[in-house]
Amino acid sequence: MIETGALRIGGFSRVFVWRPWRRVAIASLLLGLAIGACLSLGKVPLAPLELAAALSAPGSDLGLIVWQLRLPRTLLGAMAGGALALSGWLLQQVVRNPLASPDTLGVTGGASAAAVGYLAFLAGTFGSAWLPLAAASGSLTAVGLVYALSWQQGVTPLRLVLMGIGLSAMLAAVTMFMLASSPLSTTLSAYVWLTGSVYGGNWTEVSQLASWFVSALLVMVPLTRFALLAPLDDALAVGIGVRVQLLRGALTLLAAGLAGIAVAWGGAIAFVGLVAPHLARRLVRGPGAAQIVMAGVIGSAMVVLADLLGRTLFLPLDLPAGIFVAAVGAPFFLGLLIRQVR
Amino acid sequence: MTTIAAHELTLGYQRRTILDALSLTLPEGRISVLVGSNGCGKSTLLKALARLLLPWQGNVILDGRDIQRQPTRAVARLLSLLPQQPMAPEGITVRQLVTLGRHPHQSWLAQWSEQDERKVEQALTRTELSEFAERRVETLSGGQRQRAWIAMAVAQDTPLMLLDEPTSFLDLAHQMEVLELLASLNRESGKTIVMVLHDLNLACRYADHIVALRDGRIHAQGTPHEVITRQRVKEIFQLDCQVIDDPYFHTPLCIPFARREGR
Repeated sequence: MIETGALRIGGFSRVFVWRPWRRVAIASLLLGLAIGACLSLGKVPLAPLELAAALSAPGSDLGLIVWQLRLPRTLLGAMAGGALALSGWLLQQVVRNPLASPDTLGVTGGASAAAVGYLAFLAGTFGSAWLPLAAASGSLTAVGLVYALSWQQGVTPLRLVLMGIGLSAMLAAVTMFMLASSPLSTTLSAYVWLTGSVYGGNWTEVSQLASWFVSALLVMVPLTRFALLAPLDDALAVGIGVRVQLLRGALTLLAAGLAGIAVAWGGAIAFVGLVAPHLARRLVRGPGAAQIVMAGVIGSAMVVLADLLGRTLFLPLDLPAGIFVAAVGAPFFLGLLIRQVR
Repeated sequence: MTTIAAHELTLGYQRRTILDALSLTLPEGRISVLVGSNGCGKSTLLKALARLLLPWQGNVILDGRDIQRQPTRAVARLLSLLPQQPMAPEGITVRQLVTLGRHPHQSWLAQWSEQDERKVEQALTRTELSEFAERRVETLSGGQRQRAWIAMAVAQDTPLMLLDEPTSFLDLAHQMEVLELLASLNRESGKTIVMVLHDLNLACRYADHIVALRDGRIHAQGTPHEVITRQRVKEIFQLDCQVIDDPYFHTPLCIPFARREGR
C-alpha cells in the first residue's frame, strides 16, 4: 500500500509519501559505510576500533592520517559527487531528457578550458590556490554563453542542448590546443585535474566547497517545487500558472553553479552527473524530494568509492578518482540499460 | 462569473498572419466549440485565449482586463487549459498529476492544504479515476489518460476551461465519454467550456455556441442550427454535404459527400 500522509501546521502544509524514503535511508546508510571505509583503508589500514581511537585522538599519528589526510579528501569527494548529481538531476528535469548532464550544457567544457588556461598561463605567478575559482567562473561563463546563444524569445530545451554540445566541442578544442602547446609539467598537472581528483584535499578546500555547496542547497530548497514541474510541456506549465522562462533560467543557473563548484574542487568527474540521477530515478520512481536526495546520496557514494579504489587498488600509486568513476560506473550503467531494454 | 473575449486580435507565426483582427465574446456558463478546416486558426485562437501566444495587435480580455497584464498565477485560478497531446512527466502517478492542478492555489508554505486534498479527491471521483489514482499515467489507456488530464484541470477548480481537441486520437466510445464528462461539468458546476473539435456532428450535439473560423476570421457563430447549414459547411470546409435533423438529438447532422464530385 502507499503510505501517504499530510503534515499541516497552521499555514504550513506538505504531503509525504513515506515509502521511497526507506530506500533513501538504506542508501544513506551505505554512503555512511563507504565513508567509514574511506577513513579506514589506505596505506595504513585501520580496524573499526582503531578508527574510533584515531578519530577521538586527532593529535596521534593515526589521528593525523585520518583527520588531515583521509577525512578532508573524503568530504571533498562526497560534496563534489553530491553537487554534480543534483546538478545533473536539475538539468535532466529542465531539458526533459535523461541524457542531459553538466557536460551537455558546457559546464565541464568551460571549467576545463578555464582550469587548463589558468595552469598554463597564470599558475606560475599566482600559484594554484585560485584554480577552483578559475574553473568555477569558466563553467558559469560557458553556461551563460550557451543560454545567450539559445535565446530566441525564450529558450527551448532542444536549443539549449544543441548549443551546449556545439560550444563544448569548441571548448574541448581550445583545451587540447593549450595542453599540446604547454610545457610537460603543466600538461601533467592539467591531466590530473581533467581526470578528476580530490588528491591532497585539505580543510581549507573543504570549508570553501562546503560554504558554496550549502549556499546552493539553500537556493535549491525553495526552487524544488518548480524543478518538479520543469518536465511539463510549456503549455501545461503556463496553464497552471508557472512562469516558464524565469523558472528555466533560474534552474539552469543553479545547476551550472552546483556543477561549477563541484568540478572546481573535484576536477572534471562529470560522468557522475549523468549516472547518479539516472540511478536515482530507477530506485525512486516518480518525481519528488526523495528522488532528489537519492540522487545526491548516490553521487556522493560514487565519488567517494571511486576515490577509495583509486588510492588503494594500485598501492602505492594514487590514481585520480575520475578514472574509477568512469571505469566502474560506465559498465554498471550500461548493464542497467541493457537489462531495462530486455 | 468569469468572462473571456478577444478584441481585434491579430497574431501569427514568424511573418505569416494567422488571425486577422478577430473579435469574439464567448458566452458565460456555456459550451462553445471552435470549428473550421485545418490551418484556419482555431487552435491558434485557443492558444491566444489561454495567453500562450502574445498577440501582435489587440488583446484577450479576461474579466474585463487584458490577460497579458495579469499575473499568470492569478489567471491560472480562473482559466485552465488542456493542450493538444500533453506529455506527462516520467513516472508520475494519476494522483500526482491531478495534484499539479492545485499549483496556482499553493505557495511555498502551503503545498498540501485540506482544500487541496479535498479538490483532488473530488476531481478523481468526478472523472471516475479513484481506483486508478496510484497507477502511473503512462500505464493508462488513451481514454483514461485523457480523463486524467481533465481531472487535473478539474482540480485546478477554474470557472473557465479551454481544451484543444480533447477527443483526437480517441475511439468513438472514448470520445463520447470525454464529451459527456465535459457536458456534466458544464451542467453541474456551471463551468464555461471552450474547445476545438474536429467532428462536426459531435460539436453540434454538445455545443451551445459554435464559432466557425475561416482564414483567420470568424465566418459564422451562433447555435448549431444557425451555423451548421449546407451552405455554410460548403463555405467553411469547401465540402458538399447534406444537413439533416438528427433523429434522436434533433441537432444538425452533416452527411458529407466527396469534395470534388458532390451532388
